[in-house]
Amino acid sequence: MVDIARRDVLTMAGAVGVGAAIPVSPALAEAPGKDPPQAPAANAARSYQFFNLDEAAFIEAFVDHLIPADDLTPSGTELGISIYIDRQLAGAWGKGARMYQLGPWAAGTPQQGYQLPLAPADLYRCAIRAVEAHCASAHGGSFDRLQPALRQQVVQALSEGRLPLQEIPAGASFDKTFFDMAYANVMEGLFADPIYGGNKDKRGWKLVGFPGVMAAHAENIERFRGKPYPVEPLGIADLS
Amino acid sequence: MATKLKEADVVIVGMGWTGGIMAKELSDAGLTVVGLERGPPRSDADFSVPMIRDELRYAVRNELFMDVSRDTLTFRNTPGQQALPMRRLGSFLPGEGVGGAGVHWNGQTYRFSPHDHALRSRVEERYGKSFIPQDMQLADWPMSYAELEPHYDKFEYMAGISGKAGNIAGKIQEGGNPFEGPRAREYPNPPLKPSLASEMFTETTRKLGYHPFPRPAANMSRPYTNPDGIQLGECQYCGFCENFGCEANAKASPHITVIPAALRNKNFSMKPYAWVTRVNRTADGKRATGVTYTSVLTGEEFEQPASLVILCAYGFGNVHLMLLSGIGKPYDPVSETGTVGKGYCYQVATVVQSFFEDRIFNPFMGTGSLGVVIDDFNGDNFDHGPVGYIGGASIYSASLGGRPINQRGVPPGTPRWGSEWKKATARWYNRTLQMSVQGSNMASRYNYLDLDPTYRNAFGLPLMRMTYNFTDNDEKLSAHLTTVAHDIARAMGPTHLGAKAPRRAPYSIVPYQSTHNTGGAIAGHDPSKSALNRYLQSWDVSNVFVMGASAFPHNSGYNPTGAVGALTYWAADAIRTKYLKDPGPLLRT
Repeated sequence: MVDIARRDVLTMAGAVGVGAAIPVSPALAEAPGKDPPQAPAANAARSYQFFNLDEAAFIEAFVDHLIPADDLTPSGTELGISIYIDRQLAGAWGKGARMYQLGPWAAGTPQQGYQLPLAPADLYRCAIRAVEAHCASAHGGSFDRLQPALRQQVVQALSEGRLPLQEIPAGASFDKTFFDMAYANVMEGLFADPIYGGNKDKRGWKLVGFPGVMAAHAENIERFRGKPYPVEPLGIADLS
Repeated sequence: MATKLKEADVVIVGMGWTGGIMAKELSDAGLTVVGLERGPPRSDADFSVPMIRDELRYAVRNELFMDVSRDTLTFRNTPGQQALPMRRLGSFLPGEGVGGAGVHWNGQTYRFSPHDHALRSRVEERYGKSFIPQDMQLADWPMSYAELEPHYDKFEYMAGISGKAGNIAGKIQEGGNPFEGPRAREYPNPPLKPSLASEMFTETTRKLGYHPFPRPAANMSRPYTNPDGIQLGECQYCGFCENFGCEANAKASPHITVIPAALRNKNFSMKPYAWVTRVNRTADGKRATGVTYTSVLTGEEFEQPASLVILCAYGFGNVHLMLLSGIGKPYDPVSETGTVGKGYCYQVATVVQSFFEDRIFNPFMGTGSLGVVIDDFNGDNFDHGPVGYIGGASIYSASLGGRPINQRGVPPGTPRWGSEWKKATARWYNRTLQMSVQGSNMASRYNYLDLDPTYRNAFGLPLMRMTYNFTDNDEKLSAHLTTVAHDIARAMGPTHLGAKAPRRAPYSIVPYQSTHNTGGAIAGHDPSKSALNRYLQSWDVSNVFVMGASAFPHNSGYNPTGAVGALTYWAADAIRTKYLKDPGPLLRT
């Protein structure tokens, strides 16, 4: 199968100077002609605010590795999870809101928790660069172009804090710190209300049978005790 | 230069449960009362549907909790380590804003047991002095359960607790907790409707010879009007209780009960966004003259003079202000002298999951305190001789919601991602039963709070430093009682049984465990060993009273809010009936 890496599609799109109306959505880039044409606003909502092209390629591959397309759901990227993470990193949380960011800094013990002088967005930027440098030197290619088995090997090592990363600040558990944050963000992107950009069509909620925000169960808790409660989930936007 | 405001009779620091109760009780007594709250006001509009049903915003990004960018604490396990700032919330979630932690609590409202109040005497009598580990600072509480009983009753009726009494005036009640201390009357509301998980836990624990009872809940099982005429709605079991405000006013919270009741009195006024930075004292240090605060809206500094200063912040805030203001002598673990910061305790909490192929739990139908609990392994309700530790735990099954970012389970051995993970998540989300072990925690010599020498908050003041670790006693307790819970889960006949993972040292400030932080300004009989006397009055500065769980000499295996509420009514009563007649130390030393 001829696989044009997304980065190349995005680069090409950029190179010909296309405007916002040109589809650069990951879904369209993956399967041109499959999706109906989208309005410019919809395209804007599927473009990145924080990630650059290399980072976008990494994060989409990472998200799709954790949440692959199968008979239960479309891929993580199709569910909007990479967009969700991008929006979080572009926003207040990514910039370190509600975090104590003053020094001095020391590595500390694992029990003392996060001690890097990096806001989440900075951590992503540094860590992606470091993981890509590892992939280039150890495997001769970027993360998104690795074979699935090799990708699994990288993700597994990252999750266990044993991937040798270059260019990182002090802190032995840096790679695990990044993985733990990214893993949590992927789960948020799958299960948070769709208003944040992920959980597209409430597929995360449908996966587990979570009914969403419309919840008045004073009678249901007796009527449906021990029985399935099959409803179409509702999100915040459905009731706003 | 701070702007000096008109003197009040009373200034209250913090507008959560304890501040709200004090505001009501003391303004009812005719005193002019000013309530200061460092966070924002809260109203129904803040909690309206659908926006409040947002797990990411409230339960993951913690919008209603303390903003640690402005003020946090530093943490280390042992005095030999360098303490580092808690840069993000994790292990515990203190509240902020009007209503405090009472806005987003689950509503579990227990009474501590009579022997919690006589802990040291009871242990010495039953097991001998040598049973107490060397560094354990075990103490009797300076007031008895019987003395607190009317105040528990008052709190429960104000907050409309749903539950089943187990002991009314010494008579054991079927379906309640047979181990509880005698109470004057039944709960104001009947128990909540049980979930399937509640029913299974009840059936199995009964079969095992234990004594299950419904968890006492500040979630209303029916519409309720409290003695102040405040109306509360019926709980809808929406599953967005813990970490959230209630749009239906069905969870008793200070901002809809005691605070509006106090605000009916013209002699009470409340100021949100008012961050108290110190308690001011006379030149000889013996009396407080009021407090200084900064408006976090304008940056202006104000001095609020008052005859009586009542600290009603979250426990950490109370201890921090005492340390910053020189109220009492800071505790030193080496010489074991000083009292402020002493006796910081936490809880030893574990979770046991089990998975049932043929059951549907609908975990999203639930509420903060819905569930069933046994007290057979709490306090001194069982013989500790063979197990060799002090304390116990409530063991319970909870149906508090199935919010999918935080509340999912998969059997052990499931991969963490990929199609297999997804398949397991889809399969087991609705088939997981969760039980919890909420273990007590005893004061220990090297677990304490003081001021950090390095790190500062947004006001340029030293952060508070926490030195804390689990002890051998905690590890023994957790190993034993997590096994008990695991055995209960096994007896239910699950398809898969979750991991058995008791707590072990070192304590970590990262994963959420419990927001039941106690001690640091403990009450006691002896001014050389406690910061407060039995009326929660500072031994050192007699016109300062300090409310909240910071006064607990130890933490029990229960949620603390019931005891916090009772102690506040008890102290308010002492202020009204004793202190005002003769301002000064209520107990002479």
